[in-house]
Formats: sequence, C-alpha cells, structure tokens
Amino acid sequence: MRSEKKIKSVSYAKWGYIFILPFFLTYAVFSVIPLVDTIRNSFFEYYYSGLKAIGPNWVGLANYAELLSADLPKYAWNTFVMWILGFVPQIVVALVLASWFTDARLKIRGKQFFKVVIYLPNLIMASAFAMLFFALFSNSGPVNNILLSMGVVGEAIRFMESTFGARTLVALMNFLMWFGNTTIMLMAAIMGINPSVFEAAELDGCTHLQKFFKITLPQIKPLLTYTLITSLIGGLQMFDVPQILTGGQGSPDRTTMTLIMYLNNHLQAKNYGMAGALSVFLFIISGILCWIVFRMNTDPDPDGSKFAAKRARKGGRAS
Amino acid sequence: MKKRVWSLVLAAVLVLGLFTGCGGSGNDNAAGSGDAEAGDGGKVLNIYVWNQEFQEKFNANYPEVGKLSNDKSVTYLKDGTEVHWIVNPNQDGVYQQKLDEALAKQASAPADEKIDIFLVEADYALKYIDPDVNVALPISQLGITAADISNQYKYTQEAVTTADGEIRALSYQATPGMLVYRRSIAKAVLGTDDPETVAAAVADWDKFYETAGQMKAAGCFMYSGRADTYRVYANNVSAPWVDGNTVVVDPSMMNWVDRSMQDTQEKINHNVPGQWIDEWNKDMGPDSKVFCFFLPAWGLDVCIAPNVKDTSAAQDWAVCPSPQGFYWGGTWLIAANGTDNAAQVKDIMLKMTADREILRSLAVNNGEMSNDQPLMEELAQSPDFGIDLLGGQNYIGVLSDAAASISLANVSPYDQGCTEEFQNTFGDYFNGKIDLEKAKANFEKAIGERYPELKSGGVRWPE
Repeated sequence: MRSEKKIKSVSYAKWGYIFILPFFLTYAVFSVIPLVDTIRNSFFEYYYSGLKAIGPNWVGLANYAELLSADLPKYAWNTFVMWILGFVPQIVVALVLASWFTDARLKIRGKQFFKVVIYLPNLIMASAFAMLFFALFSNSGPVNNILLSMGVVGEAIRFMESTFGARTLVALMNFLMWFGNTTIMLMAAIMGINPSVFEAAELDGCTHLQKFFKITLPQIKPLLTYTLITSLIGGLQMFDVPQILTGGQGSPDRTTMTLIMYLNNHLQAKNYGMAGALSVFLFIISGILCWIVFRMNTDPDPDGSKFAAKRARKGGRAS
Repeated sequence: MKKRVWSLVLAAVLVLGLFTGCGGSGNDNAAGSGDAEAGDGGKVLNIYVWNQEFQEKFNANYPEVGKLSNDKSVTYLKDGTEVHWIVNPNQDGVYQQKLDEALAKQASAPADEKIDIFLVEADYALKYIDPDVNVALPISQLGITAADISNQYKYTQEAVTTADGEIRALSYQATPGMLVYRRSIAKAVLGTDDPETVAAAVADWDKFYETAGQMKAAGCFMYSGRADTYRVYANNVSAPWVDGNTVVVDPSMMNWVDRSMQDTQEKINHNVPGQWIDEWNKDMGPDSKVFCFFLPAWGLDVCIAPNVKDTSAAQDWAVCPSPQGFYWGGTWLIAANGTDNAAQVKDIMLKMTADREILRSLAVNNGEMSNDQPLMEELAQSPDFGIDLLGGQNYIGVLSDAAASISLANVSPYDQGCTEEFQNTFGDYFNGKIDLEKAKANFEKAIGERYPELKSGGVRWPE
C-alpha cells in the first residue's frame, strides 16, 4: 500500500527540467541578458571618444529618430536588392536541379557526386569566399588578365568600382553559396510527393512541363514559402560577403552597404547607443518574419474540428 | 536509486562541461599566451604591433635576443624572458580597437598578460599619449633622461610631448619623404638617371608636371595613384583636421582632390585606387611603367624591395627630393602604464631608439632613416654608405635636409580616420561615379559614423 502511494507521487518531469536547464541557463546568459542590454543601450547616448567614454546619457528615442532620418531606408534597399539578385537565380536553379535529380525517368548518373559538389561552396567560410572573389575580380586579377589576353576587353574592367558590378558579385556569391542547400531542401520536398500522382498524370499523357507546373510546384508550395522567408531572414543579416569584398566601405557610393555593415560601423566606433537602436530595428523586422514562418508551420486547425464546430454554430443559429 | 545517481552525475557533467567550455575559450581570447607560466618562471613581455616590421628589427638587433619560436610569435631573450608579439592589422582601425580593449583590461589583467610596450603611428599617437587617459608612461618615470636621447631628431620628441611637458613615446626612425624613381625610365625619357638632373626636373610642382607630360608622351605613368600624393598635400596643411568638434578640411586637401582628378583623367597617374594593394605592389615591380613613388626611407625596405627582389629592377632605383616636403608615418614605442617589467621595457626602448650601433645597423641593413641626427649627418657625408637597391646611391643626404624641416604641429588624434575616410569617399568621385557634392556629403556621413563626438560640429569646407 505504502509503496503504491510513493510511486504515484514520483514525478519524472523534474528530470526533464534538469536536463533542459543548461540550455536555458546559457540562453539566458548569452542571449537574453545581451538582448535586454542592447534595448537599454538604445535609449542612451553612449560612445567612446578615443579612450574616454561619453555617457551613458538618457536621450529617449533620439537614436531611433536619427536612424530614420539618416540613410537607414537606403541600406535596407541595398540589402534587399542584393538579396533578390541572388535569390531569384538561386530558387530557379535549385528548382530545376531538384526536379531533375528526383525525376524517376531521367537516369542521371553520379547523382550523389553532384549533390555533394553543389553543396560544397556552402562549406567554405563566407569571408574566405569573399576574399577569393576579391582576388579573382580585382583590377589586376586573373579574371581581368584572362579577358585582356583573350582580347575580349581592351582595358581591365573595374568590377568593384561600379554599383552594378559590386552588387552583382555579392549576389553571385550568395547564389553560389546557397543554391546547393536549397536544392537539397527542395529535393526532400519533391520526394515527399506520392509517386502515384506522377504515374497517374503520365498515364493521362501529361508532359514534363505540365507535370512540373501542375503537380510539383503546387505540392511543394509550403516549403517554397519557408525557403523564401528563411532566405529573407538570412538576407537581412547579409554582412561578411559585402564587408570583405568592399573592405567595409560599401563602395561605390555606399551602394553595397547593408544594414549589418552599417551596424558594424557604429560598433567599430563603439557607439553603443546607435548600434543598439539599429539592432532593435533589425530585431523587430526579423521577429515579424519569424512570426510569419511560425504561422505557416503551425496549422491552427489540424483535424478540421474547429472549422466543423464553427459551421455547426452558424448552422444552429440559422435554423 | 542507482539510476537517480547516474542521472545526477550526468547532469552535473553536462553543466560543468558548459562552464569549463566557456572558461577555456575565454582564456584563449584574452591573451593567446596560456602556456606562458609553464616555462622556467621567466617573465613575459607583451608587445602590441600592427605588422612584423619592428619585430624583425628587434629580433635582428636587440642584443639580448636568444632564439625565436617556430612560428616567430615569441622571441626568447637570453635571460629566459619571453617576448610575445600581438599583431593586429592597422587598416580600418582594427589595431586601435584591439589595443583599446586590452588597455581597458590592463589594471585587472594577470601580470603575464599585461601590455608592456605598444607601438603607435603618427596618425593616432596623440590619442594614446593624452595625459588624461593615462595609458602611456612618461619616459621620465622609466628613468630615461634627456641626455640619453639627446641625439634623436627633436621633432620625434616634440610630436609626443604633452601639455605637462612629459615625453611619453620614443621613435627609432625619422620619416622625411623623398621621391623614389626608376633609373631605367629616367634614362629613357629624361636622357639620364643622375639624381641631380632628375631632382631639377621635379624641383617644384610645375616642373614635376612638365616631366609628367614627357612621361605620358613616352607611354609611362608619372606616379601610381592618388594615394601616393596624398601625404604630400596632407602634410602641408595650415591647421589640424579637427578644431573643437568641427572637422576642418584644409584648402590643401581640396587641391589634392582637384589635382588627383585631373591627373587621373589625363592618365598621368596609373589610377591605382590605394596603397598596400596588389596593383600598387605590381606598379613597383619589374614590368611596371610607373616612374616614381613618394616614400620615406622605410618605404625602400618595406615597399619597394620585396617587389623587385631578384628581378631586373632590383637595382633600378634612385632617390631625389620631392617637389614639396612631406613625411609619412613614423612609429613610436610606448611603455604601457601598468607594465610589470619596467626595467626591461626601459632597456628595450633605450636600445632600440638611442643605441648608436643598433641605429647604425638599422640604417645600413634596413635602409632606415634612424633617429640619430649626428649619425645620419655622418652617414650623409660618407662615400662608403649606399644601398644596393639604389645602385649604391647614398640617400641619407637627400633626407637629412628634409628631416630638419619636419613639423608635426598639425596632427590631431583623428588623423587616421580622416585620412582613410577622405581617400575612400573621394575614391568614388575619382572613378566618376559621383559628383563632388555627393563625395563631400559621403565624407561628412562617414566621419559622423566613425567619430560620433564630431557629428554635432559638422564639417567645414574651404570657400
């Protein structure tokens, strides 16, 4: 009798809490506290002049106002342009590759090999990749040397000195680094489609293109949206590639200056107030995007019961 | 019961693992010298530098040097002291950032992790010798007297003398500038490579551009890019960059902008966008058509020599006075406040900046303009003194006149930032991407970001 009672009162839940405690501790120390500190700093005038600290002096929302009146929209636009320039080819190429690799009728040899190869650029550190491109496309770099010796151009092309050139290079690097990753995600999505649907379509005389646009695309739509939003969040944080490629200048004329590069400028000046305000802006935007992803991935009515209940209520009132 | 014990142990291990993980990485970041204490109890000297230049000169000349570690990051002195070199690049203020962080921790750092010596450049020396921030020890506190350093060029001491009359930094070099030119091009275009004749051909800016016209007609470029002439204009300003909290752009700087634009368009320069970059190095190389460079003495060893080593251009150089006097750089040694090895710091600073034999070796072996006026005057007269790079020419004579006229009266603590941002923002203008007004606006923006304290004062442009 006694032992039975004891067993009832044992709660194994506490072990669960103990085992997840390290995560919450580290999360609090390394994420929550800095986050709160950042928000606090954003309301202060606080920077270093040489080795002397100025502030912190309470300035309310002055930092936010200054950011909005400065070039924040321009840097947001730069970030967006470079992201979309890289994202469009990325998603197109990834879709084509994914549908080729998963097509049962196309017998591509060495599939595994290609999967590895297209993923490889993602394994290189972004800054190393940017250094590589900086060397390749510099005014006296190999690309210009090849073009000159082949007689394609009469004079070295100054890639990094034109807005189009610099932005395209950044987009190209982002594309190369991420299309493999997207391909593999889309392949997983396509392989999740019931093959009998494709078989049935083929029996009905469906062409390859029809199969792609009428079956594959609609079926993988949720994952496409997910890819779009996560890529957008990643794009928002674009930093290392343009930073290294332009030496932190966002040249020419600050047209490759991204939001995080701008943040980095403030951090380098140890201007914690402005950097904090900018971080809060970015936090809000990322938060909204994350919320959209979350909404997409959590069906509020998984078994249709809510919908049914609603209909029943309506029906009840009407009758 | 057993299960519970096990799970407790596992949880404890997990948590401990996390904390030790943090602790370990913290140590690595702090000093990169975790194994310092492990040796025979020898002391550790930490020296902050931005490249290997001083390190190599120290290893080659300081008499107490015993051996080097394999990766050269540690120099072992004969008495067992370890000299740790902490290198961070100068560009974009990285060196200053790292140094500032370390100086902020100086008081609480363990003895072997305290900074003992750090190096500064003319562009930002004033920031660190400021008595208010008190990170630099006055040399009088180390026991160095005026008599010990009486042979040094006076300007190298005046530049780092603060309002309280104390000297807080010592330099081993003087950095007057000169024109370094290619003998082969001089012969081909001007008919002779004789330094006196070439000097006459570039005696002032009018003559310089006459010669530049001849160079252009012969298919050569007079100089590499706008950054080369920058120092010449920047040293001939009438006031420091910053007045109160207002950035003052000197008329001389706008002359540089106009002249650089014209030279770039007329292809008098090679339109190289900066210094220390691949294209600049290639312009010094054996296949280049660029006639001359504006460099101080250290430029011979640091810039030119590595690019022409073992090539046909290895002795194809000569020097003459620049059309307008200038200096560039200058490295000072500072004893960090809080050093735990004052005696050794004193010895290093004295030996490296005032020991005649070491300074002679720097001049002879490294092409350095050493900080010893009588020695330099002696070498200037010496017919035996000459270096291979210059085909045996004695360049000290060219420099010692210039050294006498250097004044650092117009430097400010903001020089590095102003210099970098000015060159960067006007770069787009020279490339034809933006107009002059836009370049000015971008400069104002960049300065406001880099130095928040100067934002309210704005930028004053010359009329």
